[in-house]
Amino acid sequence: MDLHFGDSKPTDEERAAVDALLGPPESSWEGAARDEMRAADLRWARGGRAARDRRDLLLPGLHAINDRVGWISDGALDYLCRRLTVPPAEAYGVATFYALFSVRPRPATVLHVCTDLACAAAGAPELCAGIEERLGPGSGVSVQRGPCLGLCERAPAALAIRAGDPVRTAVSAPATVAEAVLAASAPDSAPEEPPAALAVPQAGQDGLMLLHRVGVVDPASLDDYRAHGGYTALRRAFALGPAGVIREVTDSGLVGRGGAAFPTGRKWQATASQPDHPHYLVCNADESEPGTFKDRVLMEGDPYALVEAMTIAGYATGAHQGYLYLRGEYPRALHRLEHAIGQARARGLLGDDILGQGYAFDMEIRRGAGAYICGEETALFNSIEGYRGEPRSKPPFPVEKGLFGKPTVENNVETLVNVLPILTMGAPAYAAIGTGRSTGPKLYCVSGTVERPGVYELPFGATLGELLALAGVRDGLRAVLLGGAAGGFVRADELDIPLTFEGTREAGTTLGSGVVMAFDDTVPLPRLLLRIAEFFRDESCGQCVPCRVGTVRQEEALHRIAERTGAAAAGDIALLREVGRAMRDASICGLGQTAWNAVESAIDRLGAYE
Amino acid sequence: MTVTPLGIPRRLLEFTIDGEQARVPEGSTILDACRAAGKDIPTLCEGDTLRPKNACRVCVVEVEGSRTLVPACSRKAEPGMEVRTDTERARHSRKIVLELLASSVDLSTTPRVAEWLKEYEAKPDRFGPDAGRLNEEPRVDNDLYVRDYDKCILCYKCVDACGDQWQNTFAISVAGRGFDARIAVEHDAPLTDSACVYCGNCIEVCPTGALSFKSEFDMRAAGTWDESRQTETTTVCAYCGVGCNLTLHVQDNEIVKVTSPHDNPVTHGNLCIKGRFGYQHVQNRG
Amino acid sequence: MRKREPKTYTRLTHPLVRDSRDEPFRRATWEEALDRAARGLERNRGAFGMFSCARATNEMNYVAQKFARVVMGTNNVDSCNRTCHAPSVAGLSAAFGSGGGTSSYEEIEHTDVIVMWGSNARFAHPIFFQHVLKGIRNGARMYAVDPRRTSTAEWAESWLGLNVGTDIPMAHAIGREIIHAGLANEAFIERATTGFEEYRALVEPWTLSLAEKVTGVPAAAIRELAHAYARAERAQLCWTLGITEHHNGTDNVRALINLSLLTGHVGRYGSGLQPLRGQNNVQGGGDMGAIPNRLPGFQDILDPDTRLKFESAWDTVIQPHYGLNLTEMFEAMEDGSLKAVYCIGENPAQSEADSEQAVRRLKALDFLVVQDIFLTKTAELADVVLPATAGWAETEGTTTNSERRVQRVRRAVTPPGEAREDIDIICDLAARLGHDWKYADAETVWNELRSVSPDHFGMTYERLEEHQGIQWPCPSTERLEPTFLHGRLWDPVPARRGRLAPFGIVQHDPPVDLTDERYPIRLTTGRRLDSYNTGVQSGGYASPLRRGEYVELSPEDAERYGVVVGEEVQVTSRRGSVTAPVWVDPALRPGLAFMTMHFPDEVDTNQLTIEANCPIAGTAEFKASAIRIEKLPIATIVG
Repeated sequence: MDLHFGDSKPTDEERAAVDALLGPPESSWEGAARDEMRAADLRWARGGRAARDRRDLLLPGLHAINDRVGWISDGALDYLCRRLTVPPAEAYGVATFYALFSVRPRPATVLHVCTDLACAAAGAPELCAGIEERLGPGSGVSVQRGPCLGLCERAPAALAIRAGDPVRTAVSAPATVAEAVLAASAPDSAPEEPPAALAVPQAGQDGLMLLHRVGVVDPASLDDYRAHGGYTALRRAFALGPAGVIREVTDSGLVGRGGAAFPTGRKWQATASQPDHPHYLVCNADESEPGTFKDRVLMEGDPYALVEAMTIAGYATGAHQGYLYLRGEYPRALHRLEHAIGQARARGLLGDDILGQGYAFDMEIRRGAGAYICGEETALFNSIEGYRGEPRSKPPFPVEKGLFGKPTVENNVETLVNVLPILTMGAPAYAAIGTGRSTGPKLYCVSGTVERPGVYELPFGATLGELLALAGVRDGLRAVLLGGAAGGFVRADELDIPLTFEGTREAGTTLGSGVVMAFDDTVPLPRLLLRIAEFFRDESCGQCVPCRVGTVRQEEALHRIAERTGAAAAGDIALLREVGRAMRDASICGLGQTAWNAVESAIDRLGAYE
Repeated sequence: MTVTPLGIPRRLLEFTIDGEQARVPEGSTILDACRAAGKDIPTLCEGDTLRPKNACRVCVVEVEGSRTLVPACSRKAEPGMEVRTDTERARHSRKIVLELLASSVDLSTTPRVAEWLKEYEAKPDRFGPDAGRLNEEPRVDNDLYVRDYDKCILCYKCVDACGDQWQNTFAISVAGRGFDARIAVEHDAPLTDSACVYCGNCIEVCPTGALSFKSEFDMRAAGTWDESRQTETTTVCAYCGVGCNLTLHVQDNEIVKVTSPHDNPVTHGNLCIKGRFGYQHVQNRG
Repeated sequence: MRKREPKTYTRLTHPLVRDSRDEPFRRATWEEALDRAARGLERNRGAFGMFSCARATNEMNYVAQKFARVVMGTNNVDSCNRTCHAPSVAGLSAAFGSGGGTSSYEEIEHTDVIVMWGSNARFAHPIFFQHVLKGIRNGARMYAVDPRRTSTAEWAESWLGLNVGTDIPMAHAIGREIIHAGLANEAFIERATTGFEEYRALVEPWTLSLAEKVTGVPAAAIRELAHAYARAERAQLCWTLGITEHHNGTDNVRALINLSLLTGHVGRYGSGLQPLRGQNNVQGGGDMGAIPNRLPGFQDILDPDTRLKFESAWDTVIQPHYGLNLTEMFEAMEDGSLKAVYCIGENPAQSEADSEQAVRRLKALDFLVVQDIFLTKTAELADVVLPATAGWAETEGTTTNSERRVQRVRRAVTPPGEAREDIDIICDLAARLGHDWKYADAETVWNELRSVSPDHFGMTYERLEEHQGIQWPCPSTERLEPTFLHGRLWDPVPARRGRLAPFGIVQHDPPVDLTDERYPIRLTTGRRLDSYNTGVQSGGYASPLRRGEYVELSPEDAERYGVVVGEEVQVTSRRGSVTAPVWVDPALRPGLAFMTMHFPDEVDTNQLTIEANCPIAGTAEFKASAIRIEKLPIATIVG
């Protein structure tokens, strides 16, 4: 491609960061020095298909620069573009899409402080103010208020990222001003995060199917994983054959746990039967719904389970390559999974001939970079492919044209991990758990005003009240947010709602991804709603008008009525309803379609602004 | 009779639009079918030479069995589909989309939008005086064309025309996110430091006048732009042997704008800098 | 710092005359100017040449050649197609009997391999290149052969940076490799070609390693291109002036055509040969007979039946021999056998190689009448200057593009002052010289052409409008022909294949202007994206890309000479010397420099180029001169 590059040059540091990812450039056209060694470059050059086909390394390249330097300069971006034959304007569009990147200079250390629902209720605003005061100007730390960090069980939370080689991270949660400042100013000497098991109040209890290894096995040890039943499911899968696996999964009644509740077996079957090849498997670990942290806990506490489950899913659907799209804000999950994949590869549990069965499968981790929208399956594909994480219009559906335009099955972490018990216990036994239409166990992320926040595993069918009792709900419960920002509120007198897909639907609410966030009456509801509106405004990708402008109008209206009730708010509430209806009906993807749900439920169910 | 070579014959499929039978070739969109049936569905981001982006969502219609409304411009017609174009639900979304756009973007040079605002009884003012707007100033950084992003509805057509669908220059992209997303060149540099080759193929597809010839921009500013006094004559460019068709827009015997027919087999509506802007020499009349 | 503005030209609005070349022009009436022109031509009957215009309409070219042949009784008519693509016409007609590109733009979107040879279409033919890009996006692999790594080459799977003027060794080595790899299309060779054995012997010495030595391109790269082209189910071979502007341009074209004969990549949908024309009607000018060897419809003058048809249609006698081409006419000026020229819309004083010599020769004419829209450098040398309309915006008619598509041009603006349409001016002159032609409008001219040219017969103005142009051949008003030419070569019935296509037996002949110690740098020339030819038209608009004329050097050479971007240097060839500022372009390798013809009023590049002409087509070797670069004693930086 005839790309245009400006005069900006990369620093040695930036060049080294890119070369560490891509290897040294092969020709002077790609950025190598133009010297006598390269005379042949001036006679023969390649710029065709192969050069253009490396676009999917753009996001890893941006991470490499940002990790090393802390921001992405013109020269660094141009160099990366030259290496990958990507137009700089497009790369700039991608770099500016993600919240974790900056194309303006900033300090090497960025402290991300969560100001989302659970953390806000736990004092995030005061924490931010305290941190900024303590750090003072010129501290070399950039403090950024941001959306949910997936650490709600330990709210309020902060994540420090210090660029360098290697990049350092430190989590402070629950954060105090002193601890957060320590994490930012000396990430290496910050106290280690508590083990993942602390997020699982049930850890070690009998009867757990998804969480039974969390806190029990050493997450770094493959042998320990195998000693606790690891890889029996894969062996069973090979015995069943791909069609047999799909039949088991279909018969188990497993449906997607990401919120849409689509039958997993049907999705797999639809992908497996596509004549176009290759097929891809994508695991959606971009857990960004405010209030959700179950996938993080699974990945941190039992990483091999995900590796095994992805291998099975790949086998069943005819994929030989899997991508694990991991939230950029999950450094510990990243390290655990990188280690687990390496171990699995070393033991032949990933690679050309898994368990000697002649099946080839490998997987790559791709890190997100701070964009809620990338949890939408097609936006996630675009993100992996090196484009802006904007959702695609459907149809065509991913099973037909997904990642790289090829048949793709995409499941989230929890869904995949359910496949292991399905294969080890058999579909009938699994299907006997839960209710007729919601089978198996379900994970819930309980946070807010409860004694024991964390991830809970219960069979489908338990009531909201039972779950909250388990978590030790505090007195004065006013409302429970189910499903996160895209979900809906229920009242404190609705605790008998059964936690099933059909039960929540009948109650006019949603299970969503399993967020259960409890609020007592000390939390001002309008401020909560405003935070939700801000979240959607910030996270809208901007592609379609209803969402891009609608989320702004929604936030403006909620601002206007923050202090109003009754007739004074009625006009704006009517306006909100009209805009909300159009967002729900006419937005391209689930983000815009659900951006009004929580607000609507607060008005209709909780009587906000009355 | 003229024999023109036909491609592989396309099957016809049947479905209903507003209760009436429609028969269209396989691969047609709902919008194609609606237009063939003489129904006027408003569109902004749809372009006859571009793959549908369906970003504006003003063309949404109701399809039986679909949870949400669907964009007529990109959804392919399917056998047995039941499409309703004029339901209260579809009209509501169109009205809101028009209001959202008109309240945030300067639509003063967008053809037909005033008519639609009236038809759908849209009242963009109801979001109040403090409703967020783009608030962009026109960017006049070269003598050929102007980018007035206060008029930009972010339809992506310029990006697609500059990118892999036609020009493959990739000088522009959408940068930023959400309401702050803007069309930009790399590093937000001025156009003159970018990859832009000034083919003006972005102007050709811009539906709102956000991109315009400098001549048009200046004449509008001076109040002399008057399309009713303009003629459009299609001729052939004289700058090389490719034979691009140019449509010269002439006002008072001055060429004020150059376009190209979108269905032309040579250009498909695209030109290069010489064809688009290199006309001045004939009117250096001394 | 010195700012440089390109010269802008103002339209001619009234006729200009003068009694002697030493005098300034004075304004004249049309009556006086035409009378003077008629007298000047009359007195030089038998020593007359017509420079027709490759940018004017088909109708104008038809009338212009008819003027030469009927009014002046000579076949000395030619146009600037001589300076660019005459070798393509000569080469293609030698192989296939017809001088047009064999494919259509649309076909390149549906082909498998595209070879761009000596063509920076991304700059010179941007909208054609969009069709190439569609092809690439549809999966085609593109290969670029060019001394420079141009924008076009940057899109290629593989770019082959050969030495200037080594196209024949490259082509022959590709041919040999195809034969030796068993990839030649034997069925097609057998069925549709002649001279294969001779060709096989011709290319046999051109091993990959010899080719590597001569062209400078690694053998593996040549081999890869040979295999890609031969193995493709469909392939397109496209070229531009990098092939034709050589002293052996026609041979170069033949060498490329050989590859299509060897592989059967011609005469089928998606497989063909595509020379890209530099001017809007360089194809049409030739089609209309504004060349010395062909009558309208590309019909051979030497064919008695053809002559008879035209003689009865025009009520005249046509000379039964070829006329002089542009190059030969310039030579005839030198020896005094050509004394009067009617030059329409051309600027040979600046566009010819070795421009100083061209100007001297034009000055030596007894009479020069120039018809143009500007007072060009050539017009400044004239006795009479006639103001014309701009073909593309001020007249009705047609032009023919590179894919042989005849398209309507239309009048959109009123011409300035007293400027008149070319056809009307020529007819008024013809009338003064005893031929009272009556053409009501351009369509009348076109219909006369249709009556004598079978290839154009089916193209009524009405049909041209309906189909947005029609490609020739179009013999019927009822049908459209396939988009490609020479499908006949594939016909199973031998009798319907027509004349078989001969392989061209052409030898490598390096550029005439050799580099040596005194002139160590190879200068090649070409176009930029935003400018055109001598810049008379393109200088009129404010392109943000334009930076004026530079001599472009490789980073290595710039360093060796100790010069920086913008610094003026002396550029000297064996013929002349100019000063030009330096630009550094990494697309160049050491020893290779690049300039354009776009700013002759700033830097007259053609003072450097060599008038070494192709003996068959007469095109000069603009692409290869030997120069040296010298730092000026006092550094001047241009910004």
